Amino acid sequence: MKMKRMLGLFLVLCLTVASFAACGTKEDTGAQKSGDKFYIGAIGPLTGGAAVYGQHVKYGAEIAVKEINEAGGINGKQIELRYEDDEHDPEKSVNAYNNLKDWGMQILMGAVTSGPSVAVAEETKNDNMFQLTPSGSAPAVIQYDNAFQVCFTDPNQGAASAKYISDQNLASKVAVIYDGSDVYSSGIYEKFIEEAANTNLEIVAAEAFTADSKSDFSVQLQKAKDGGAELVFLPIYYQEATLILTQANGMGFDPIFFGCDGLDGILGVENFDPALAEDVMLLTPFAADAPDQKTQDFVDKFKELSGGDIPNQFGADAYDAIYIIKAAIEKAGVTPDMSISEIGDALKVAMTEITYDGLTGAGMTWAATGEVNKEPRAVIIKDGVYTLFE
Amino acid sequence: MSFISYVIRGISLGSVYSIIALGYTMVYGIAKMLNFAHGDVIMIGGFIIFTIMSTMGLNPLIAVIVAIILCTLLGITIERIAYKPLRKAPSLAVLITAIGVSYFLQNFALLIFGADTKSFTSVINVPDLKLAGGNLTIAGETLVTIPLCIIIMIALTTFVKKSKTGRGMVAVSEDRDAAILMGVNVNRTIAITFAIGSALAAVASALMFSSYPSLSSASGAMPGIKAFVAAVFGGIGSIPGAMIGGILLGIIEILGRAYISSQLADAIVFFVLILVLLIKPTGILGKQIQEKV
Repeated sequence: MKMKRMLGLFLVLCLTVASFAACGTKEDTGAQKSGDKFYIGAIGPLTGGAAVYGQHVKYGAEIAVKEINEAGGINGKQIELRYEDDEHDPEKSVNAYNNLKDWGMQILMGAVTSGPSVAVAEETKNDNMFQLTPSGSAPAVIQYDNAFQVCFTDPNQGAASAKYISDQNLASKVAVIYDGSDVYSSGIYEKFIEEAANTNLEIVAAEAFTADSKSDFSVQLQKAKDGGAELVFLPIYYQEATLILTQANGMGFDPIFFGCDGLDGILGVENFDPALAEDVMLLTPFAADAPDQKTQDFVDKFKELSGGDIPNQFGADAYDAIYIIKAAIEKAGVTPDMSISEIGDALKVAMTEITYDGLTGAGMTWAATGEVNKEPRAVIIKDGVYTLFE
Repeated sequence: MSFISYVIRGISLGSVYSIIALGYTMVYGIAKMLNFAHGDVIMIGGFIIFTIMSTMGLNPLIAVIVAIILCTLLGITIERIAYKPLRKAPSLAVLITAIGVSYFLQNFALLIFGADTKSFTSVINVPDLKLAGGNLTIAGETLVTIPLCIIIMIALTTFVKKSKTGRGMVAVSEDRDAAILMGVNVNRTIAITFAIGSALAAVASALMFSSYPSLSSASGAMPGIKAFVAAVFGGIGSIPGAMIGGILLGIIEILGRAYISSQLADAIVFFVLILVLLIKPTGILGKQIQEKV
């Protein structure tokens, strides 16, 4: 009995604390904003499985905002950035969006991952808020006219890869291993095959796996090997790629392995032998060791802010995203006292008119659909680090 | 030549299913319940071995032994907390509880070990066997897994048939009430069954993750289900059946993937399962048990 009463008391206490906590945040976010600053909201995972992506986006965006503010802001107006965690969960990203709106957000940079970006896109459409995702790459992210991407749309990575492999004469006989149960992977695969038909590439094997059987890749690799593939295209995520590399090594099969941005992160797998990933190539818009001054400045600032981390493409995408927003605002002559919808209308026109040179590509332009057009670049893993492929 | 190499790969994959299926079938055979958490105990075993071996840098053998001990304790604890209070409940309730335990273990592992995939270092240090001038390769892991499977199978069969505890298990499985009347301690017997099943899970985790070295909180779920299929295939409750079912399942999966469709490999596996169950509802080695009225 006593135990029960104690428990009841404890629960009441919990509730009280929780309600106080709720009060606190409400007061914090409810404040009215004046028209002296641009309020840019950002959404991405800071915890959970995709945390590394969101974390890098946060740092990348913060660096850009700091630089812009120190240089006098956008048309003399400072930027204020607020970042909300969505844990890579579509539902939580919508909550994050609503919190940011309460805070006074006028422009959204986000979300970081595709699922949440699609969920948030429904909200931004209703509000006609300008949305620029640094890295949400699914086509559905930009299905409405107010949303734009900094990164390639998934399927376009397939076309870009085929073109790149053929242009660089990396191989002529190519095998593909893809995840037939994943929209990212099969989307890239289809575009790759489509584009390969226009080049001199010969597809000797196209083998799928599914989410339910992704531990044994021996058959897929055997078929690629029997077909004489010089290059194996892997439009998949790095988790499965580690197994494919391990098993290929066990079979003594050593072609060029070529992937897309899903392979970014392979060197971060705990206890994975980086020697297995030696010479793996991936199509990614950003390489931290690119020798140009702009990249090196960014990498230095990023390391300082993150305590030594090397930025991946997500950080660079976010850095570019903030500068792209700045360019579009300047082009459209947007001022902070305009309404969310007025800003949205002005920016979506300006986006199709600007050309931006950034970390993740030179001469980036946008179609009204929201798709970006930029030259793809590839990196190759040498001695356990990503190196720009030339 | 490629056909033979596919069959060998099928046997490799199947031997992993077999060793998981042994634990499944053991628990089902005695306690008459489907322990859906079995695959997740394997996942936990994998994380224990990974932590001891790769993070703490100790000897693989120590890691495996510690994993066997901890998994055994985990199995007993799960049985005590989640299944024992439901001994008199309908079997559907126990099944749902087992699914609950499975999800609990997965999320628990997610919380403790994080969502990042980890690369498992093989605990088996046997060189690959190369045949036919290097055209056929049998992985060292497979060379260890298959004999170990056979040893475990024989040991389990002997234990169940010959030892007093083992005969108690058979008694409990055949008629629980009669077993109580004969003085068999049912709770203790079932607890021991779970202990053995979970120890087998730890061994399975060492072998499975050595062959397929990608470790995350969801790693146990699908192999667990496949092994369950293997156990049904071979005749659930039958110890040799689990072994045969596992190997056959592996071969069918690989050949289906190689010659029919890599996308449909799983569909083919389950199609074959349906065929087997239509023709022989008790599985390959399953016994026809007459319900006495």
